[in-house]
Amino acid sequence: MAPNGRRLSDYIRRLGNLEMNEGAFALILILPSVILTLGLILWPLANTFVMSLHESNLARPQRQDFVGFQHYIHFLGNRMFWETIGRTFYFTFVSVGIELVLGIAIAMLISAKLKGWRFLRTAVIIPWAVPTIVNGAIWRWIYNADYGALNGLLLQLGLIDKYIAWLVEPHRAMNLVILADVWHSAPFVVLIISAALVSLPVELYDAASIDGANGWQRFTRITLPLLRPAILVVLVIRTVEAFRVFDIIYIMTRGGPVNGTMVISYLTYQETFSYLHLGRGSALSFIVSAFIFLLALLYVKVLYTEDVAV
Amino acid sequence: MKTKRILGILTAIMMLSVLSLGVPASAQDEIVINVVGMDQAGMTPEELDEIARLFEEQNPGVRVETSYVLYDGLHDLLVTSISSEPPAFDVVLVDDIWYAEFVDAGWLLDVTDRITDEMREGIFEAAWDITTVNGRVYGMPWLLDQKYFFYNTRLLEEAGFEEPPRTWEEVEEMSRVMKEMGLVEYPMIWSWAQIEAVICDFVTLLYGNNAEFFDENNQPVFNSPEGVEVLEWMVRMIDEGLVNPASITSAEEDVRNVFSQGQAAFATNWVYMYDLTQDPEESQVVGEVGMALMPVFESALEEGILSATIDGSMGYSVTAGSEHPDEAWAFIEFLTSEPIQIEYSAHQLPIWEDAFESEDLIALNPVTVPMFAEQFPWSHVRPKVPYYNEASRIIQVAIQEALTHAATPQEALDNAVEQILEVAAEYED
Repeated sequence: MAPNGRRLSDYIRRLGNLEMNEGAFALILILPSVILTLGLILWPLANTFVMSLHESNLARPQRQDFVGFQHYIHFLGNRMFWETIGRTFYFTFVSVGIELVLGIAIAMLISAKLKGWRFLRTAVIIPWAVPTIVNGAIWRWIYNADYGALNGLLLQLGLIDKYIAWLVEPHRAMNLVILADVWHSAPFVVLIISAALVSLPVELYDAASIDGANGWQRFTRITLPLLRPAILVVLVIRTVEAFRVFDIIYIMTRGGPVNGTMVISYLTYQETFSYLHLGRGSALSFIVSAFIFLLALLYVKVLYTEDVAV
Repeated sequence: MKTKRILGILTAIMMLSVLSLGVPASAQDEIVINVVGMDQAGMTPEELDEIARLFEEQNPGVRVETSYVLYDGLHDLLVTSISSEPPAFDVVLVDDIWYAEFVDAGWLLDVTDRITDEMREGIFEAAWDITTVNGRVYGMPWLLDQKYFFYNTRLLEEAGFEEPPRTWEEVEEMSRVMKEMGLVEYPMIWSWAQIEAVICDFVTLLYGNNAEFFDENNQPVFNSPEGVEVLEWMVRMIDEGLVNPASITSAEEDVRNVFSQGQAAFATNWVYMYDLTQDPEESQVVGEVGMALMPVFESALEEGILSATIDGSMGYSVTAGSEHPDEAWAFIEFLTSEPIQIEYSAHQLPIWEDAFESEDLIALNPVTVPMFAEQFPWSHVRPKVPYYNEASRIIQVAIQEALTHAATPQEALDNAVEQILEVAAEYED
């Protein structure tokens, strides 16, 4: 590419009869992407930030009072806000944790190439291919108190003696939403871990077998350490995604009962689009971004400071 | 060879460009009216589409594009799509409780001068309250609806009751008998999920206990002793298993499903449920559904309050920024015209007063038409305040707190009133 690029730059120089140095030429080349980045990322970000400092209501566009950091102070001193943040962390850690354990287990199962592994590999991906909205609708039907599949199954197995209204109790509702999310997202973990497993060197396992290591030892001493980069990638992506969870909540519970499944993204949506408080909504989204940024920072620190490459 | 090929390619390009020019040219002649309606209670999307086709036949050159959402998504869809310039929709369905907010924001076209004398006199007086804000009219009343009381006639007969209940105390007693006889596990189903539906049921019960929701100055007063009694009754009904516990996560459609399966003896819902319970494809209780005046509590009945229910009416409006306001208004006029309203009356009743004397309408709807006339005088509206959505959400959570024993009814309602006053203070200027 380099010779080609030089020839092209020479041609442009001759054409415009301009003495252009490498720097200016580079600038021209990156200009389109700089404009796109500014226009699509930085400008909206700055705009949102400015909005978060104002009392801004979509239904009252004539009033735009500057209030400084009042919205941030309002939320950071609000009990309901912290309960929502707590619930969001609970959702994030429990669902990502289960997904990770389950994902690695299924990936190991596939890589063991037992009978029917090809079928398993395909079948496992299906939930991930289902749109989140559809997934939410499916699980809402499964949990339905009067004609849901879960009640039908448990009743026929004799585990319950009458139908249960599953989503009525706030904490249980949260756990059941997590279950639905795990069903949907664990395949993603399987996918990434499976890909990493394929590329692991076979010699290490051969050597370990010769040295007399059993299966569990091979898993904990060889597989897991070698999988660490893949696990970190999965962790970062899934944590950020789970922290921003919205659609499955919107479809299944709308934050209820008693705000038992009210997570931070749903609260932001409610402030912004149901109450039309654009200022408060913007402030909330900045607070959410701050939390995600901190989480990402934590992961990046682990990712780059430790000897991950092995 | 080569020239031939190039010629061929050129011809193809020319043909394609002619084709691509042709499409927008024909579309430009047509005026497109974008309409958003509701896929829940009221006329079904199929019926509305049929009416739109009829309108297109009578108005060549105008095309009606319809879209439908569930009620609970409608408000948020509207505020994001009609606050833009130009708005995404020309004709929008607006709930009674949003008119104050939308007019305050300047999103709806003032149509006061477009209302003819014929409309003024022919349409129910109370219906105009829905679309009128500060003396100006912002739309045509559309869905004149209220919650009705439904009961399963077969279950009542099997339990030995001949008449439907008049008071909530009787409902409770009959429910207890039916539960003890094993006729039905949970005799009552309500829509008490954390959505607007729970407010509708709560307000119905409030006025049925001679309590008020908001007073005449739009101040929240539902934490009065009578108001607290209502919530205590709701909690007790759940605790005793007379109300289906799934009510706490149910919307109107869930109520319809449970009632249509024959799994509830009593339910409240909008008028659309009646017709659907008589459809064998949708229901297992065809011919076993009765409608009666919404019950009240005994103490209220003694004071001459025969019934109380919630008014859930809606209107169709033109957006202020619409590029085709005349065509949009013409479509609304067509949609709300008397012949159309009578023809499509299975799932919602006409807004025209004299239609209720028409033999056709009664023949089409022998149960719901007389019921409407009997129930409508007892219908209560929710307050027209610009912060209604926030207030509603606060009460929804308060009711659920009480139902799940996270707070006592008194605490929950006191707390809700306090929060609403805080929100209201923010809107004072």
